[in-house]
Amino acid sequence: MTDLKHISSLIQERYADFVLTSAIAHEELTLEVSREHLRSLCVVLRDDVDLKFEELMDICGVDYLQYGISEWTTTSATSSGFERAVSKEGHTVLTWNKPRFAVVYHLLSITHNHRLRLRVFVDNDPLCVDSVTDIWSSANWNERETYDLFGIIFQNHPDLRRILTDYGFSGHPFRKDFPLIGDVEMRYDAQQGRVIYEPVSIEPRTLVPRVIRNEHPADKEENV
Amino acid sequence: MSDIRNFTMNFGPQHPSAHGVLRLILEMDGEVITKADPHIGLLHRATEKLAESKPYNQNIGYMDRLDYVSMMCNEHGYVMAIEKLLGITPPLRALYIRTLFDEITRILNHLLWLGAHALDLGAMTVFLYTFREREDLIDCYEAVSGSRMHATYYRPGGVKSDLPDSMPKYQPSRWHNKQEVKKMNANRQGSLLDFIWDFTERFPRCVDEYETLLTNNRIWKQRTVDIGIVTAERALQNGFSGPMLRGSGVAWDLRKKQPYAAYEHVDFDIPIGLNGDCYDRYLVRVEELRQSNHIIRQCINWLRQNPGPVSIDDHKIVPPRRINMKRDMESMIHHFKLFTEGYCLPAGEAYAAVEHPKGEFGVYLLSDGANKPYRLKIRAPSFNHLASLDEMTQGHMLADVVTVLSSQDIVFGEVDR
Repeated sequence: MTDLKHISSLIQERYADFVLTSAIAHEELTLEVSREHLRSLCVVLRDDVDLKFEELMDICGVDYLQYGISEWTTTSATSSGFERAVSKEGHTVLTWNKPRFAVVYHLLSITHNHRLRLRVFVDNDPLCVDSVTDIWSSANWNERETYDLFGIIFQNHPDLRRILTDYGFSGHPFRKDFPLIGDVEMRYDAQQGRVIYEPVSIEPRTLVPRVIRNEHPADKEENV
Repeated sequence: MSDIRNFTMNFGPQHPSAHGVLRLILEMDGEVITKADPHIGLLHRATEKLAESKPYNQNIGYMDRLDYVSMMCNEHGYVMAIEKLLGITPPLRALYIRTLFDEITRILNHLLWLGAHALDLGAMTVFLYTFREREDLIDCYEAVSGSRMHATYYRPGGVKSDLPDSMPKYQPSRWHNKQEVKKMNANRQGSLLDFIWDFTERFPRCVDEYETLLTNNRIWKQRTVDIGIVTAERALQNGFSGPMLRGSGVAWDLRKKQPYAAYEHVDFDIPIGLNGDCYDRYLVRVEELRQSNHIIRQCINWLRQNPGPVSIDDHKIVPPRRINMKRDMESMIHHFKLFTEGYCLPAGEAYAAVEHPKGEFGVYLLSDGANKPYRLKIRAPSFNHLASLDEMTQGHMLADVVTVLSSQDIVFGEVDR
């Protein structure tokens, strides 16, 4: 595998205009790129002989709405079970000051055997990114999926339809404000003789609360 | 008389060769396909969203249910992503066990694929043959994890437990008397490794049997040669990986190129195709069966000689032994914390990819420091493969759609997630 620092400096050298930040963590290189420069950067990443990212492995949408929010806090012991300390609003442990949505691209170079992650932050208004379908055809379904689940519009996509959710589905289920149990439930109605949709009747319940601990096993050495 | 020849046909979702729940809208010109529009999502369970509401360890079981014919390989991708973020490495013995079971899984997957592929094309016998061998391997799953399919055997930091010293044995019943049972248990007298070793002795001859039925079979070749050709360039554009990419002549295998587990210590070859048609993909997978067998034998030899721990010793991540929980206060606290809250991952992101039997199975994990994933994205190989079905079936006949579809080795558990 090619050295990541080398690729990183190479990209910084040649295409500094396109890249906002670049970081290496866990032996992975992540570039942050602005919406305007996404397509130009993708083209050079694919075509530059030293980079040659021929394959787009994956596109992933991320919703940062609840990033760094813990939903459990307690100081005293009670006898009413853990639900006493579950707060629906949560309290913020890490503050997130970047846009709410991001699209993450994972690229792979077969020629040079290296990987790269691209991240584009998407502002809410308008919630859209340029499509890269004409750069890598594999983007087609991946972009449809991201559109379906997050509602991010990919401009100039040839066929931007929902892909995973049901025909006639409304809402974007992977957004953090979409409830886990969904909005509607369906059943067969004997009187009408057809399947009907109704608002969900079950209450959402926290089984294991979301907790953010500052002491992580991996940082243990640093803390000691 | 009407002159209209184009029509639209609905294929599936309840079609035996739709491999689960695929619905295809085919636009046909006579019997020739002009457009194939797959409608997926009928098995969408929002695994990624569910994972956001569960502590890390509780999600391992969901991974089994993605590609439900190569269960442990899915788990492998997921636990590798967690290990990357935690910065832990399992002991070497655990890595060898994972390699062993990844290859067992590969054989399981390819056997099911081979049987189903042949069945789709009208060859009945192969299915019966491959399921005969699958049975033994599923017994191995059962021996280590207690479950024949959804094992949940890989854990962050290692594997659930060491390989068992004995194999479960058949008991006499109304259908099998003592004599028969004795014969059936003949290769189950030793440890699990002895049982797998016995399997690897037999297996190359079984592959020969499948090949006798298919490889030079005139009908088989008529149905698969030059069907669904993908050039290397198009394969890369379409995000292919695994046997689909190798069938098109690209020598790319993560086990060689970006080794994980114990793959850098074992010897094997990666077969590649020449033409990128269904027949080449068939040959690639059949050769992978033999190579997997070869890897398994090397793993068994190593595992026999090197006993040792199979998971790390950090009880903040791996549960303590039950015997210690009864005696030791600290172990009890660890156990309580692990099973009520789990462990937190440091904030950050990681992408871990394994060479799954179907291609590159990647897990992108985004953590904000909580005990649950903030976002989990599963990069399923079949998703990209199915996306190019339209391109691959262009200009072929209706019957070839079935050939192309099953040569892609699609499983809807992971396409729809």
